[in-house]
Amino acid sequence: VTLGFEPRLTRNWDDPSVIGLDGYLAKDGYAGLRAALAMTPADIVETVKASGLRGRGGAGFPTGMKWGFVPMDTGKPTYVVVNFDESEPGTCNNRELVEREPHRLLEGTAISALAIGCTTAFIYIRGEYLWQSLVLQRALDEAYANGYLGEDVAGSGTRLDIVLHRGAGAYICGEETALLNSLEGLRGQPRLRPPFPAVEGLYASPTVINNVETLMNVPDILVRGSDWFRELGTEKSPGTKMVTVSGKVERPGNYEIALGTPFRVVLEELAGGVLDGRALKAWTPGGSSTPILTADHVDVGIDYESLAAAGSMLGTAAIMVLDETDCVVDCAARMVEFYAHESCGKCTPCREGSWWATRVLNRIEDGLGRPEDVPLMTEMGTNLLFKAFCALADGTASVINATLAHFPDEYEAHVRLGACPLRVAHAEVPV
Amino acid sequence: MAVLEGAVRAEADAIVARYPKGRERSAIMPLLYLVQSIDGWITRDGLRDVAELLGLTTAEVEAVATFYTMYRLRPTGTHLVNICTNLACKLRGAQDVVDAAHAAAGMDHGQEISEDGLLTLHEEECLGVCDFAPAVQIDFMNHDHVTPERMRELIASLRRGEVPTPARGPAVGSFKAASRVLAGLEAEEAAS
Repeated sequence: VTLGFEPRLTRNWDDPSVIGLDGYLAKDGYAGLRAALAMTPADIVETVKASGLRGRGGAGFPTGMKWGFVPMDTGKPTYVVVNFDESEPGTCNNRELVEREPHRLLEGTAISALAIGCTTAFIYIRGEYLWQSLVLQRALDEAYANGYLGEDVAGSGTRLDIVLHRGAGAYICGEETALLNSLEGLRGQPRLRPPFPAVEGLYASPTVINNVETLMNVPDILVRGSDWFRELGTEKSPGTKMVTVSGKVERPGNYEIALGTPFRVVLEELAGGVLDGRALKAWTPGGSSTPILTADHVDVGIDYESLAAAGSMLGTAAIMVLDETDCVVDCAARMVEFYAHESCGKCTPCREGSWWATRVLNRIEDGLGRPEDVPLMTEMGTNLLFKAFCALADGTASVINATLAHFPDEYEAHVRLGACPLRVAHAEVPV
Repeated sequence: MAVLEGAVRAEADAIVARYPKGRERSAIMPLLYLVQSIDGWITRDGLRDVAELLGLTTAEVEAVATFYTMYRLRPTGTHLVNICTNLACKLRGAQDVVDAAHAAAGMDHGQEISEDGLLTLHEEECLGVCDFAPAVQIDFMNHDHVTPERMRELIASLRRGEVPTPARGPAVGSFKAASRVLAGLEAEEAAS
């Protein structure tokens, strides 16, 4: 379902045959790869740059520019690594994109490989995506058997191998340098930058790391052109974006929207509104790491700039919806508990801070909070933000800081009442 | 070698060969899955074998095994039942599903393995199926919209020796079988 435009990433979702190569070819599959094979690497990079495509994994870095940073004359091999470690709480669009149309990911990966002269690419898929790894492996086998991968890609004389590497349950491996360490057979802890992966990434060689959705946009850009890509979205956030809507909505799911679509439209027209007609209380725009927004923000556009202006981030566009009966402190405690569990342990503020914050938040939620606990949380948020090696601790801080900023009265009420006011008020409402 | 021997040794060598020459260390993760597919968890013997095969110390391999939660460091049930309790599932009632699973399995919270060795229950972080919350995985295959009642049915089914059909894809027979798929082996058989 899309609103007023021809679906792009989801246009074949009503056709189950596109899971296979024949079905994909019948929908002009691998036309983007054929177009790329007729171009120079520099032309591929320029076309993707002109499209304005930005990374869909969270950071929003311009994709063509990222590819353009890779030096191809160092004498070392170059690598493409696909980040399919989709683990940000609330996020599952990469999963469905690949489940339905795995060859589009292989095609986008192959095009990015051509753009940087790479002959061995890796797809790092989170281990819990067992079925999706089977779907991808079958697609890989088909692509090899039919000459779209291997010694002679589509009759071009160019070689490309794609290796599927399964993760093993570590959120931190979605951070690109932790992912590289994991792929090298190390603990998945982030690396110091610089050097940046474009210069010294996988095996200390020039490396491009791209998100699944980002790469799945690329085939159409080469076939239909960068101007076509810009027909949807905003000037600085061109194209469409997959959003995952979950939590208290009538129709949870993955939806494709034009970037810039207001949250109200996503909530009401795609997700069917708040569950059981209740009132909206809060929502994460881009996974639990992005600062929570409230019912006052329903008209904010879902795009990089609008969400930044509203004090949050597009992130992975994973929208989790809380209704009026949900306790913000309870939800914050669960979100922070996640970061405590997933902290890789490298940096003290993150390792210790997330653990202590979980304890204090649970104490407040359970009605055992002390008056000084609320200012203590404010202090913890400050001590976590931008104090660690990677952004994981910033996610922890965002949960704390944004819930405190938007719902200070709810924190205070827990301490004052010695109980969760939502549990008291809605004890009779089954959740 | 105690684990990676015989026919398994050939599979281990094939796993190592997926990675570029000189980068064999990258094979640690799939090799650990291979160990888990045979022993049912990551045993000392398995750690030693992976180390020997790759020319590393056991400590280097153990450092990797202890970092990732999908490697089980203690004996594990025939079936691993993972229940997501992260926010999207919590909002749709995941805690009741966790409680139902423990009650149906006759296991205390925190108990790692059922007395009969059949089940391991585990509260899980976001499994990436927020659109079908509450989410449960049995041997890493998904079951959608799991209510407490459905959870009790799933456990009863496992107790009868039947692996319930997942929401997408084929049933994977056990935690060991899932670990074999995770090692990148028998992918085609399982998918067909």
